[in-house]
Order: sequence, then structure tokens, then C-alpha cells
Amino acid sequence: MSATVSTKLERERPPALTVGPAAWLRSNLFNNWWSTAVTLALGYLLVRWVVGFVDWGILHAVWSVPSKGPGIADTSACQAAKGIGACWAIINDKWRFIIFGRYTFDDQWRPAISIVLFVGLYVVSAMRRFWRWELGLIWLVTLTIIFVLMWGGVLGMEYVPQDQWGGLPITFILSTFGLAAAFPLAILVALGRRSTQLPAVRVLCVVYVELVRGVPLISFLFMASTLFPLFMPVGFNPDKLLRAQIAVILFAAAYLAEIVRGGLQALPKGQYEAADSLGLSYWHKMGFIILPQALRLVIPPLVNTFIGFFKDTSLVLIIGIYDLLSAGKIALGEPAWQPYGTEIYLVVGGIYFVCCYTMSRYSRGLEVEFNRSIRR
Amino acid sequence: MQFRFAGALIAGAVLSLSATAAFAQSGSPTIDAIVKRGQLVCGVAGNTAGLSLPDSQGVMRGLDADHCRTVAAAILGDANKVKFAPVTTQARFTALQAGEVDMLYRSTTWTLGREGLLGTEFASITFYDGTGFLVKKAGGVKSAKEMDGATICVQPGSTTELAIADYYRVNNMKFTPILIQDLSELQGAFESGRCDAYSTDASALAGYRFAKGDKANDYVLLPEIISKEPLGGMVRKGDDKFFDIVRWTYFAGLIAEEHGITSKNIDSFTTSTDPEVRRFMGLEGDMGKALGVDNKFAYNIVKQVGNFGEIWDRNITSMGVPRGINNLWNKGGLHYAPPMR
Repeated sequence: MSATVSTKLERERPPALTVGPAAWLRSNLFNNWWSTAVTLALGYLLVRWVVGFVDWGILHAVWSVPSKGPGIADTSACQAAKGIGACWAIINDKWRFIIFGRYTFDDQWRPAISIVLFVGLYVVSAMRRFWRWELGLIWLVTLTIIFVLMWGGVLGMEYVPQDQWGGLPITFILSTFGLAAAFPLAILVALGRRSTQLPAVRVLCVVYVELVRGVPLISFLFMASTLFPLFMPVGFNPDKLLRAQIAVILFAAAYLAEIVRGGLQALPKGQYEAADSLGLSYWHKMGFIILPQALRLVIPPLVNTFIGFFKDTSLVLIIGIYDLLSAGKIALGEPAWQPYGTEIYLVVGGIYFVCCYTMSRYSRGLEVEFNRSIRR
Repeated sequence: MQFRFAGALIAGAVLSLSATAAFAQSGSPTIDAIVKRGQLVCGVAGNTAGLSLPDSQGVMRGLDADHCRTVAAAILGDANKVKFAPVTTQARFTALQAGEVDMLYRSTTWTLGREGLLGTEFASITFYDGTGFLVKKAGGVKSAKEMDGATICVQPGSTTELAIADYYRVNNMKFTPILIQDLSELQGAFESGRCDAYSTDASALAGYRFAKGDKANDYVLLPEIISKEPLGGMVRKGDDKFFDIVRWTYFAGLIAEEHGITSKNIDSFTTSTDPEVRRFMGLEGDMGKALGVDNKFAYNIVKQVGNFGEIWDRNITSMGVPRGINNLWNKGGLHYAPPMR
């Protein structure tokens, strides 16, 4: 074996100040004197804020308090720490109420499983490799399981009426069903509004959309909860949750319809004409040519609306349904816990943030993937 | 033609069947509905400590909640057969009018307008409340009359706001209201000294002060109670039998307290010779039958939920609110029950 002399030429590295993190810092944060000054000032504030938060939220925080008697917490430790440290004891005491509402305490494993199922359903639906017709079946089965779990009354599970449901499952139910039912309706309304052959349908769609967009969601919910029962015979009371759900669906559909219509209008006329010249029927044209392109165009505003509605479900507070946010507010009702709203709102806000941020990240990925053909 | 005729026959038969079924019952649509459902639907606030608020386990607690339970105990014999329907301030009367709830125990003040205009009426007063003022002891204020020109923290849109405005107008004084919707923010404003006084229902003020623990003595509840807020149970007009039951359920709690009958010792009264106690226990007199419920209705109420004083102590005294005018008539209060005979 002849020894090969490795003439390893040390490749010269570029100067440290043109590539790498140092260069990035230099070009973005310390570009010139005022950019340096702003960076330093903001950095100082950020560090102070983080230090202050760690100090308040972790170092000086009160994690649990003793109990004075059944159901009465002794919050003197929290009162002593007020302003210096967080009182996470309130979360410790109330987290099950915030997440599950008034659901029977011993049976709260059922809504817990429902939440897990909901999240699982979202994850599976988000993966493209599962986008087949079986997915609809999975939805049907999972949602059935969720409702069986929530209601009970079978398999030895105790019946829990709908008015006792609360917390995170309510938020998930209202937004999932709201958007899942509103989306197909929205497509139909958007198509109807663009229809040239059916003027009556078009007028109906226009009236519906403009009427719903003309009033705030709160007034819609009020109508569903206060006005609607007055028109019904005494004793006929569809469930409050169902009424709120229908209000949310009708409301969301109008907004989504306008977004879909935007997508339909953005498509060049040639696409419609090409489909027509192939002799496709109306539904084939829409289903195979127009809608796939149009919906792709409107992913960002769609997700924007989804996120908005996910948060808007918290408005059911005003008609006496304990969703996540209102359960948090109710948890603050006890006099001993009243001063610790910050802690509750931080936790509830955190849950909302996780959900909404996941949605927006996912939609960005989807957008990139779908528009690859256009982008190149 | 024939088909339609047959349809009418069937419909007629169904109608007459259901009609006979209805006649066989109590004659009160509300009670019939409750019995058929096996549950009393009781409208509550669901967000007021001491009156109705779910605890950490989600169970509704409070004076209003317990009075709902007494009605269920009277009609159905089981205090747990209550469905609590949280209704908002705006929706409460519609919920009652539309039959969505059977009755309200929802910290609702008895006023003429509510009885005259809404088609509803009050069957009981379970809490005599009123608007009060809380100040810091360090300020040295002893009476509301000394608070000319004061700034007062109050929730917007509440009857409190109106009561204060009336009171200051009558006494020819001026005040600056600081209106904050969020309760914890409002209390924060008071603590930080943005306002001289914090005003709401006296019971809520006492509870707030009590929750301060060791620092409770830094705050003073002024002696003036400037408005009357009688809170009670509200039912629909036109169903007198149900009205009677709600009202006598409340009275039963008072009579039990008068006689010293509590949920713990009630079974020892089965051998009593006092005629009123015997009627109360359902041993003679058919008192329950007269109302259209079980003769042991009063026994069920006290055994399962407690007498009026027990309910009060459990929910209100534990918040540090003195009993005051909410005591029995023979102890200086306003609660007075007619004789049960």
C-alpha cells in the first residue's frame, strides 16, 4: 500500500464577519449607530421583562395553599405575595373547572378523552397522506365516540345533560362543528351568489350574506338565546348549546362565503371557458376545475377567519354557556380568589395561543405546498 | 277525502288521550312539567359568590342554589333533582316567560315593574340586601354623609349606580363615579386609592372585606344602607299552585328554624307532641296534600337541604356577612312565616 500523502488543503474560511451568526447580527441588528442603539434598548427591555417575569412567575410564585375547610382555600399566602409573586395556587385549585366546566367531577375523564380525540382528529386531518374518502368516515366515528362519551347514558356511563358541559370541550365543539358545517354551506352560498342562471337563488344568497354581515355575532347569539324561545310554544326549548351552535354556523358561513367568492372571482375567465368547452356539466366544472384552484388561492383569508371564529366562540359567555374563557371568569368569582385574574387569564390565553398559533403555522405550510406549481 | 278523515280521527283520539292524561294530574302546568321531567329547572346567576357559583368541582353552591334544591325536595322529594340553568341578567326574564326555566332564584330584586309588566311574580324573599359603601379605615370616614365630593368605584349598568345617584341627589351632595366593568380591576382601583369608596350590595362588600383575612380591619363598611334590594324566587304568573309551593317551601325553612328543627336533629322530632311540629313533619293535618305535594314535603326540605338558618350559615355567614335583618322576626329580623295549619 503506498501511502498517499493527503495534501489536504485547508480551505480558507470566509471572514467571520461575512457569514454565520455574527454576520447576521451585524447586518441586521448592529448595522449602524442608531440600529445598534435600538437593539441595545430593546434588548435591555426584553431582558428586564424576562427577568421580571421569571421572578414573578417562578421564583416568588405561590404554587399551592392550604385549605381552611371543605371547598374554602386559605389564600393568605397569595395575599402576602400579591404584586411580588404569581398565585398559581388558583390554577392548582380551579384547573379542572376551567377545562371541564360543571361536568360531573368524578366523570371528568370523559371530556378529557374527548379533548384528546378532538386533537387527534385535527392532527390526522392535517396530514395529507390521510386525505382520502375514509377520512370522512374517521370523522363520523370519532365525533360519535365523542358525543357518546360526553352524553353517556350507555355502557354504564352516567347520563350528563348538555347544560353541564363546559370548558375546553365546548370551545372545541362550537368551533369544530361551526366551521365544518359552515364551510360547505359557504361554498354553496358563494356559488349561488355567482350564479347567472338562477336569479332568485342569487338574490337569496346576497340577502343572506348582507343580512348576516350587517349584524354583530353578539346580537345573533342574543337572538338565538333570548328572542327565539319567545316565538316557540311553551315547553319547546331546543338546547341552548344547539341554538348557539346554529347561530355560529350561520354567521361563519356568511363570512366564509365571501372569501370563497373572492377566490372564484380571482380565477381568470379562461378557466371557466375552458371547462365549458370541454362540455363539463356545472358541478363537474366547479368540482374539478374551478373550486380546487379558487380555494387554493384563499387559504390565508380562510385560516384567518377560522382563527377568528375559534376565538369568537368565547362570546357564548353572554348567553350563559361556560366555554373555556367564561369558565375561567367564573372560577374568579369566589371572593378568596378574586384578585388573581392575571394568572387565570395568562393560562387561558396560553391555551388559545397554542391552538391559534398551530393553525396559522399549519396554514403557512399548506400554502407553500399548494402553491409550489405557481411559485416556480 | 277518506284519508284526511282518518287522519282527523287519529289526531282527535290522540288529543283527547293527552287531554285526559293532563286532567288526571295536578292542574298546574309547571308542576306537571317538573314531575314529567323528573327535574326542576331553576334559573340562577351562576357567577355570584354566596348566591350561586360553581365550586372547584363544578357543583353549584350558594343561597340561591340551595333554595332551588328546597323546591325540588318539596315537589320531587329529592333535593338533587335540580337542573341549574345559568341565565344572564338580560336573558333571565325571557327565559322564565318562555318556559325555558321553571323559576328563577337569580339574585333578582323584587320591584313593582317586574311584577306589573313582565307577567312574573315573586313567591319569596330569601335575602334582604341593599347598597352600601366600603371605605378604608385610614381615611377616617364614619358615615356616607361625610362623603361629599368623593370618588366612588362602581360597576356600570348596575342598580348600585342608580341608587348612589339618587342618594346623592336627595342629600344635595356631589360625587364622581369611576365605572369599571371588570370586578377585579374595580377592586384593584379601590385598593390603589383611585377612589375613596367602593360601592355595591352590602353583602358583596362584606364578603370582599372578609376575604382580606388579616387585613379585613383596614376596611370599614359604612352604616348607611341606601337602597332596598329584596332578592327572592320568581315564578310565572297564572300558576298559583306552583307559586304556593315555592312560597311555602321558603316558609317551611323558617318554621323549621323557629322550632329549632335542623337537618341533623329532624328525626328526633318524629315523636314530638307539639301540634305544629307534627303538622310540619307530615304526621297529621295533611298540610302537603293541601298544596298538592307529599305530606312530608317540609321534612324532605329540612332533612335534605336544611332549615333557613342552616342554608344561610352555610353560604352567607361563611363569607363573613352578618345576619342582621335577615334573621327571624323574633330575633330582630324580617323573616316571618305564617302558621302552618
